[in-house]
Amino acid sequence: MTAAFVAGAVSSPILRLNDVGKVYATGSLAVEALRGVSMQVERGEYVAIMGPSGSGKSTLMHILGCLDVPTTGSYDLAGEDVSTMSEAALANVRNRQIGFVFQQFNLLPSLPAWRNVELPLCYTGMARAERKERAINALERVGLGDRIEHRPGELSGGQQQRVAVARALVTDPALILADEPTGNLDSHSSADVLALFTELHDQGRTIVLITHERDVAESAQRIVRILDGQVDSALPTPAGNVR
Amino acid sequence: MNWRETFRTALEAILSRRMRSSLTMLGILIGIAAVMLTVGLGQGAQAQVRAQINQLGSNLLIVSPGSTTSSSGIRGGRGSASTLTMRDATALASRVVAPDIAKVAPVVTGSQSLAAGTTNWTTNVVGTTPDWLQVRARSLAEGRFFSLAELNSSAPVAVLGSTTATELFGGRDALGQTVDINGTTTTVIGILNTAGSSTTTDEDDQALVPQTTYSSRVASSGNAAGVSTLYIEAASTDSLSAAYQEATNALLATHGVTAATPDFTISSQQSLLTTATSTDRTLTVLLAGIAAISLLVGGIGVMNIMLVSVTERIREIGLRKAMGATPSAIRRQFLVEASTLGLCGGLLGVILGLVGAQVLPHFLSQPVTIPAIATIGALGIALIIGIVAGVYPASRAARLAPIDALRSE
Repeated sequence: MTAAFVAGAVSSPILRLNDVGKVYATGSLAVEALRGVSMQVERGEYVAIMGPSGSGKSTLMHILGCLDVPTTGSYDLAGEDVSTMSEAALANVRNRQIGFVFQQFNLLPSLPAWRNVELPLCYTGMARAERKERAINALERVGLGDRIEHRPGELSGGQQQRVAVARALVTDPALILADEPTGNLDSHSSADVLALFTELHDQGRTIVLITHERDVAESAQRIVRILDGQVDSALPTPAGNVR
Repeated sequence: MNWRETFRTALEAILSRRMRSSLTMLGILIGIAAVMLTVGLGQGAQAQVRAQINQLGSNLLIVSPGSTTSSSGIRGGRGSASTLTMRDATALASRVVAPDIAKVAPVVTGSQSLAAGTTNWTTNVVGTTPDWLQVRARSLAEGRFFSLAELNSSAPVAVLGSTTATELFGGRDALGQTVDINGTTTTVIGILNTAGSSTTTDEDDQALVPQTTYSSRVASSGNAAGVSTLYIEAASTDSLSAAYQEATNALLATHGVTAATPDFTISSQQSLLTTATSTDRTLTVLLAGIAAISLLVGGIGVMNIMLVSVTERIREIGLRKAMGATPSAIRRQFLVEASTLGLCGGLLGVILGLVGAQVLPHFLSQPVTIPAIATIGALGIALIIGIVAGVYPASRAARLAPIDALRSE
């Protein structure tokens, strides 16, 4: 599966931002959150986007995740220009191409782990039996094969975040977008989750990780630094981390 | 997400907030139960009136003398004499003149004093023919009704209503006893079964004698052939209007008057029914208004709780949107949730209404009849209320921007 995924993808970058700007108009005040960001991520890359709070990295994450559209510039995701799409079309792109991992886990507390994992599949029209099978497979891949029926409240923070990672994986998306995935975890669980990302990267997944912590960012292959709504510098991480 | 999936999600959302969901349903429940019972009471009262009127005799037409003119006056016969006679009764009973009329019972009545030994009782005395029993759909508790021979010979016999018999003879058997009616001594040959209370007169307090006996012996004066009312039994319910026409034509012909100036009035049970139910209808409309208001309040309750639910689950909505739920999928989810609340409330309301229909008659002495169509209609109304109440909250949820929804704490 991983091999096929990589093979079909050699030519073009998975995402390309071209001079993207974002202006928020709050009343009479216009806030320029992004000022001409251009960057691209190749298939199979593991990129960290790093910047202090207020740098515009959250806005960038929203645009990368198709949760918001840029004011200026264009954004191509997996060969499609998504910057001019309707809300319903964007919802479809999110469903097919992006797997989200949030800082707050964002699991539905009333549902068992596998029902949380199958959630994105519910919006694809897939049959229930197949959804369950794929959800269980995804949970097994993140090492939670024995926690299928547990509710989020019965799992530790690290386990909850791993359920969220399984949910991000289950649709087999082009891009996994993690927004401060370790922000709510202790150091042990953080290392655990980051190791999981490294493992997924080794399997050929494209991962974009947004963080403000240097040591978290350093687990990635490449770091894109954002400052005042612009790309500050895009340096490869120290040689020891390059795979 | 397909419909089944959406419905399951809605059910899970409702069940995960049990207390709130049941209180919301309570609003709809009360409204629907009120609607059902209102309809049931209205229907029950109508059925009761219909039964009472049927008790007067099936397929009955009543001919009374005189007619109301357009200037609200009464057009009567010459002098004060009744325009109806025994001749009319004979004409109407003819199979040739009126094939749709089964039987005719002419009646002449008057309030007379009755005496049995030392007991006196003043009541309505009715002079009629043997067909009266069938036309008025009555039966005898004991004894027999008077015969045609007794009618022809003006025999001094009487049939008493049950109340009259009790008043005159107390607990003793009245059969075979003698009763003085306005000075004429008659023998009691039969006692009527009770008819139950009628809308106008007490059908159990009367004495019946042959018409000839009444006019020749009982009545102090007057026209020997005159009658006060003609009761006509149509051959069947379907031929009631045909019988009405035939009776009208025959009477116009025998009286030698035109349709423009009739000197008689024919009324049917239908017209009595209309009068009797019009008062009930006012009450029903009033009650239905109250029920409608309670349903409206219930609907507002559903809308309110759905708005709270949308606000409360704003993160869930954001998450679902991030996972690929389109605005219409979100809208559908909340619409289905609201209509499920409405429908469940309606279902419980229908059950309460049906239980109430069984229990209420014991306290009200009023029958409650809930037609099947009202049950289905009530469920439909509950569903529609749920949908209507859900439209606004659902479109609010659908319009939420996913980032705002995810960001909220």
